Amino acid sequence: MNTAGDNALDCRVRKRLGHFTLDMALSVPASGVTALFGQSGSGKTSLLRLIAGLDRPDAGHVRLGERLLTDCDRRLHVPIHRRRLGIVFQEARLFPHYRVRGNLTYGMPATARSRFDDMVGLLGIEHLLDRLPGTLSGGEARRVAIGRALLTQPRLLLMDEPLTGLDGDRKQELLRYIVRLTREIDIPVLYVSHDTSEINAIADHLALVERGRLIAHGALDDLMMRLDLTDRLGGFDAATRLDARIVDHDTRYALTRVVLEDGQTLRVPLMSRPPGQRVRLRIGARDVALSLSMPKDTSFRNGLRARIEAIEPSPQEASANEVRLRIGGQALRARLTRQACDEMQLKVGSKVISLIRSVAFDQHF
Amino acid sequence: MLSEAEWQAVFLSLKIAGSAVGWIVIPGIAMAWLLARHEFRGKSLLDGFLHLPLVLPPVVVGYLLLLSLGRSGWLGHWLYQSFGISLPFTWQGAAVAGGVMAFPLLVRAVRLSFEAVDPKLEAAAGTLGANRWRVLFTITLPLAVPGLLTGTVLAFARALSEFGATITFASNIPGQTRTLPLALYTLIQTPGREAAAARLCVLSIAIAMLSLIVSEWLARRARRRLQERDQ
Repeated sequence: MNTAGDNALDCRVRKRLGHFTLDMALSVPASGVTALFGQSGSGKTSLLRLIAGLDRPDAGHVRLGERLLTDCDRRLHVPIHRRRLGIVFQEARLFPHYRVRGNLTYGMPATARSRFDDMVGLLGIEHLLDRLPGTLSGGEARRVAIGRALLTQPRLLLMDEPLTGLDGDRKQELLRYIVRLTREIDIPVLYVSHDTSEINAIADHLALVERGRLIAHGALDDLMMRLDLTDRLGGFDAATRLDARIVDHDTRYALTRVVLEDGQTLRVPLMSRPPGQRVRLRIGARDVALSLSMPKDTSFRNGLRARIEAIEPSPQEASANEVRLRIGGQALRARLTRQACDEMQLKVGSKVISLIRSVAFDQHF
Repeated sequence: MLSEAEWQAVFLSLKIAGSAVGWIVIPGIAMAWLLARHEFRGKSLLDGFLHLPLVLPPVVVGYLLLLSLGRSGWLGHWLYQSFGISLPFTWQGAAVAGGVMAFPLLVRAVRLSFEAVDPKLEAAAGTLGANRWRVLFTITLPLAVPGLLTGTVLAFARALSEFGATITFASNIPGQTRTLPLALYTLIQTPGREAAAARLCVLSIAIAMLSLIVSEWLARRARRRLQERDQ
């Protein structure tokens, strides 16, 4: 197995596309999920195709660990079948004349045979092995495609909007499988998406792409807290994620209690996972209200002590301010009316209670 | 039911058409793959050249074969000197003529079925580590099987019905190169043999129908397996 340091991706590529030039320098850390985020037509998929070797750049290089995959100066272009990359496309692209098992083992080296059962179990496709791809649902087919790519023992996994075309529930289900999987595998993942909720669920790092350029690049939690990027990172739906651990379940009211790093607790709708497990919660900026003291008669189930770290006018909404709060080691975003900020005399450093409705936690991973 | 001469003509026709298809099937598939999946200089020229037997009078093709493969022809001379092979006026020569005439039909049908294979599946196989040969043999060819079958039967039927190039290059020798169409032609030329000519005519129709039915059945069977994906 490769050590983690071997698989960092480093690329600097330029390619003339229809109406703009793609020109990016991207480095993907050797572990974790890096999301390549941007609107349709921003050049995300083009970059992925250049890394995969499906297209050639006009100039630049692509290097994975110590190995050069493309180098225009040296006229080097390793063919796609020798790059050892796992690629999951928007469509599953399963081979219709092979059964699921045959698809999974198509690119599997003998050394990966021992991982077959684990992978199949992790993706929940044991019962599908003898079926033909034509009989699978969209979500099932995608899961098989992901397993097929990972069983080639790639050094890097590239995923190009793998949830495209699935409906709400199927999308959440597959996303959960992918999140689980990315925690199990020890190779870097480059995940292309234009959906902030997907990215919140899955990514550790974020590369923001616009018109063929990389406009921001770094740890996801840091970028999500940058108020100047609000417009690009979800706008009206801007959100924060909090890492927490499950404490206990209250089945009578169908609520689950979770604890944050700093010991404060939250009540969220009942989760199916056992106490002790880590969860990642997503909270929309507009679902957070602030109060100067802990209110007594209120329907808000959650009040977290927090400190204001930044206040800026919202680029989206003339009446609103974007506020960044600090809760222990984590940050939280809130969107308030400017009027409320003024009347409460909120400023950087103020100690406040952030109120979050329990029902606002609609997604967790 | 059939006279000995008639049986002879039927067997000879099947043998010649079968050999004709036999020798062109692999070059035909290779050529179709080249044209369907590759870009190169002179591609349209090659494409046009391949189609010549479809548009030229068959007698011209037969005459060209005689010029090149006859014992004094450049290729025929070499074949005779090196291996003692002489093709004109033999059943093997008739198979060559039939194959040349059927080649463009085979290439056309197979090329269409290659082009109908989704290149995205081939690219996916590449990302799974398959080189181009593995992609060809595990993805492209299996998915093109219905078109391959249709093309082969089409070529077989064309070789079976070949007349002009055969009579020019291989002549009309009973038991050697007198296939069904040639036997029929001979009977038509002979006064008083109209009834025998009619029998051969019916026989030709029966064989042609049979090969079409078999091809349709094979193609449908192959397609059914592939189409399970469309449910």
